[in-house]
Amino acid sequence: MSQVETIAHDNHAVRVTSITIGMGPISGVEEQLLKNAYPVASAGTIADGADLLVRLTPLRVRCTKCEKESKAKPNRLICGHCGEWRTELISGDELLLLRVELDKSAQAVH
Amino acid sequence: MCDTCGCNITHGNEYLITPGGKLETTANGHEAIDVLHNLLHENDHTAQHNREHFNAHGITAINLMSSPGSGKTALLEATIKALGDEFRIAVIEGDLETENDAERIRSHGVTAIQITTGSACHLDAHMVHDALHKLDLADFDVLFIENVGNLVCPASFDLGQHSNIALLSAPEGDDKPAKYPVMFRTADMVMLSKADLLPILDDFKPDRAEQYLRKLASSAPVIQTSAKSGEGMDEWLDWLRELVASNKPAHTQLSHTHAPHTHP
Repeated sequence: MSQVETIAHDNHAVRVTSITIGMGPISGVEEQLLKNAYPVASAGTIADGADLLVRLTPLRVRCTKCEKESKAKPNRLICGHCGEWRTELISGDELLLLRVELDKSAQAVH
Repeated sequence: MCDTCGCNITHGNEYLITPGGKLETTANGHEAIDVLHNLLHENDHTAQHNREHFNAHGITAINLMSSPGSGKTALLEATIKALGDEFRIAVIEGDLETENDAERIRSHGVTAIQITTGSACHLDAHMVHDALHKLDLADFDVLFIENVGNLVCPASFDLGQHSNIALLSAPEGDDKPAKYPVMFRTADMVMLSKADLLPILDDFKPDRAEQYLRKLASSAPVIQTSAKSGEGMDEWLDWLRELVASNKPAHTQLSHTHAPHTHP
């Protein structure tokens, strides 16, 4: 929330209207729990009442052997093509603030 | 991952912000700012600060994670007995309540700082930073951080450590890496502890535990140990010596620090 407040302040916004979070299945954060906690975390801040949008990123790996990419599950990160276990995670562990939408309209009042 | 050079944008998530991507279109007259900030930035920033402190003093910091009661403190006690004359060791203990673990460590003549987290289920970089202020880092070679016993949350918080060790004790069952993948994939080494119980708990198959770990694309070495019988301790101590040697200032530049490879 402090990151959102900093962005809002730096851009002279009066209100934050939406926040977009990107998260993957192995980020360590659950979408529903984040949504439950959000009203409490945002209460009284410049983002009070802003929509929380969650963009789920897919869990994908790249094989170090056959070099192909495939979908994976949190406890099965092996290559979906050749079964090799030495893979690199391409996406799925992110927990990112992707976008903040700002309302600057009230500036005209001043 | 930093917030300034664009390295948050990876091959895996760049589609979100490229033209035509899901986040590219702006809505209804409000100004939209695309950011791609890591939400754990504040923790990671402090963790990096801790790591720089460690590197400046030539300290190797090791984060021990596991369930409660899997033998983290017993491992440390056995390690202190074996290496107390070789390395100057300090320990940071994380628990919800009590000084019990710190007192166990202190009884071996080793400095221990107890962090009681109240109801928090993990240590974060700020707690460790505060604890570091109670230590004179010039006095130590190795710092063990015994995390709160928990197979979930500690995995998400970088503390500034150079290496993560996950313990899996025989009574817990060999499928824990499959059940708690987020933690086990962050481990640089997995220790199968309480191996002296394996003859009794014969449904725990060390090979099966390793197979579950490999399915997480982890190449971490697996060492079978018993702090009680001494089994596997030589292998563990050699692993530790090698880690410490690779972290000595002569081999480590601040710009190229050794950090657990799996943290985002």
